Order: sequence, then C-alpha cells, then structure tokens
Amino acid sequence: MAVCVAVIAKENYPLYIRSIPTENELKFHYMVHTSLDVVDEKISAMGKALVDQRELYLGLLYPTEDYKVYGYVTNSKVKFVMVVDSSNTALRDNEIRSMFRKLHNSYTDVMCNPFYNPGDRIQSSRAFDSMVTSMMIQVC
Amino acid sequence: MADAALFEFLHTEMVAELGAHHSDPGPGGQKMSLSVLEGMGFRVGQALGERLPQETLAFREELDILKFLCRDLWVAVFQKQMDSLRTNHQGTYVLQDNSFPLLIRMASGLQYLEEAPKFLAFTCGLLRGTLCILGIKSLVTASVASLPTCKFQVVIQKT
Repeated sequence: MAVCVAVIAKENYPLYIRSIPTENELKFHYMVHTSLDVVDEKISAMGKALVDQRELYLGLLYPTEDYKVYGYVTNSKVKFVMVVDSSNTALRDNEIRSMFRKLHNSYTDVMCNPFYNPGDRIQSSRAFDSMVTSMMIQVC
Repeated sequence: MADAALFEFLHTEMVAELGAHHSDPGPGGQKMSLSVLEGMGFRVGQALGERLPQETLAFREELDILKFLCRDLWVAVFQKQMDSLRTNHQGTYVLQDNSFPLLIRMASGLQYLEEAPKFLAFTCGLLRGTLCILGIKSLVTASVASLPTCKFQVVIQKT
C-alpha cells in the first residue's frame, strides 16, 4: 500500500500528487522532488548502456529509514513516483509493478479524455482519484 | 471491421462541415478550417501517443519513433502499414503511403487534386501530435502528386 503517489510531467512539474496521512504533506512533496534527480540519472544511464531491453519500470530509487521510493517512466517521459512504508515488508516487486501498471492505465485514460488538456493538473478525474485511493493505505 | 468505416465517414463529415461554414470563402477562411482540422488531429495524436506505446519498451532513438509511426500507429488507425519511409539523416523524413485509405474512395489519378489537402490536414495533425507526446517537436506537411498516393513530410525542429 502506498503512502504517497505522484505523477510528474515531462517538464518536471507535478500533475498529480497525493499523500496519506494528510498532515506533514510537505515532507512527501520534498521526497518526491528529490527523487526526480535519481529518476533522471536512471533514464540517462539507460540511454548510455547498450542494453537490449529498456524497461519502463525503474525499480527502487532510494530507501530512507522510514520509506522506500519507487519510480516508473512512460514512453512520453511522464514519471510516476510512489512512496511506500518501509515497515510493510510484505510488498514485493511484482505488486509494485502491478500498481504502476494500473497507474499507467488510468493515466492513459485521463489523456484520452477530450475534456483534459495535456499539461494541466489532473484534478477533475474521479476515476483516477478512486484508483489512487484504492492503492493507498486505509488510515482511519 | 466497422471501426474503419466509422472513422472514414466521421472524417469525411468533419472536412465537409469545417469547409462549408467559414464566413470568408477566400484562401484565409480555408486556412482556418485546415488549422482547426490539424488541431483536432494533434489532440488525437497526443492521446494515441500515450495509449499505443504502452506495452512497448522505451524508444532508443528518433528512427525508432518514426518506425513506430509507420507501423503501429498506421496499423491502429488505417489498418495498414506505411509503404515507405525515407530520410536525409538530417531531421527530415518522408513517409509515403501508396493507397491512403482516406483518399482511396475519392478517385484514382489526377481528379480532385485540389480538394485532396483538406483530407490530409487531420492526418498531419495526428502525426505531429504523436511525435509531440513522444518528445519530438516537428512540422508535418502533406503533398499529393496523384490520388491515392500521398507523402507526409516530417521536419524535426531542433531547439
């Protein structure tokens, strides 16, 4: 279960960012911002290495004492960043990958919505919101 | 499949509708409806550029993206692949389609040559939109020498 989910545009500004718990949001915003450097590093490393397969899933970006940060980049250079609670060790790589796939599918649906202008903040899409809610921890 | 026919009819109506209502029947008015059509194609291209490469891995270079346009995008929209792709290796690509589905119903030869550009505006926008979302700023123009063969010229803008 994620603690914070962020969608970052190609030009590195946030299209959507949501975290739980809702107090101390700034800490998560800061964490996502610093993880962008790591994402850029991984993308440029992928370009230089002569790897046959270029993956969209970037894997664990960096761990902190409480949280782990995972990244994913789409073909349109839109980045998804997910912050997960470290204490929840039951989460495996496959589950993170499937969460990112769901995010990618929902993001593609938002893009195809004719009422959405590419580059705007994602604020009126209820389907996207409910998908993100389903991925986050239930905090009473 | 019915999808192809639906898109063709919708496209024909779009061109007819946008071409009929401009208040200034001179070249200025026609240019506006062409740019509206191109704009529509651009937005659709952006959405397709997000949805179609979803399962494929990241593109390694410009030529890969152009090949994706010629194969996957063309198959998804027109149920056939582009017939030829040429480049001068300096940022200009020419994509040639020998039997473009939106023109093939009209004529075969030189008839309707002046009307043909209206039917290509949407597709130019489509190409430009898909390239834009994949990170390439470009300028796309189309030219018809004889129906239904048409060429799309993509010029990459270096910023």
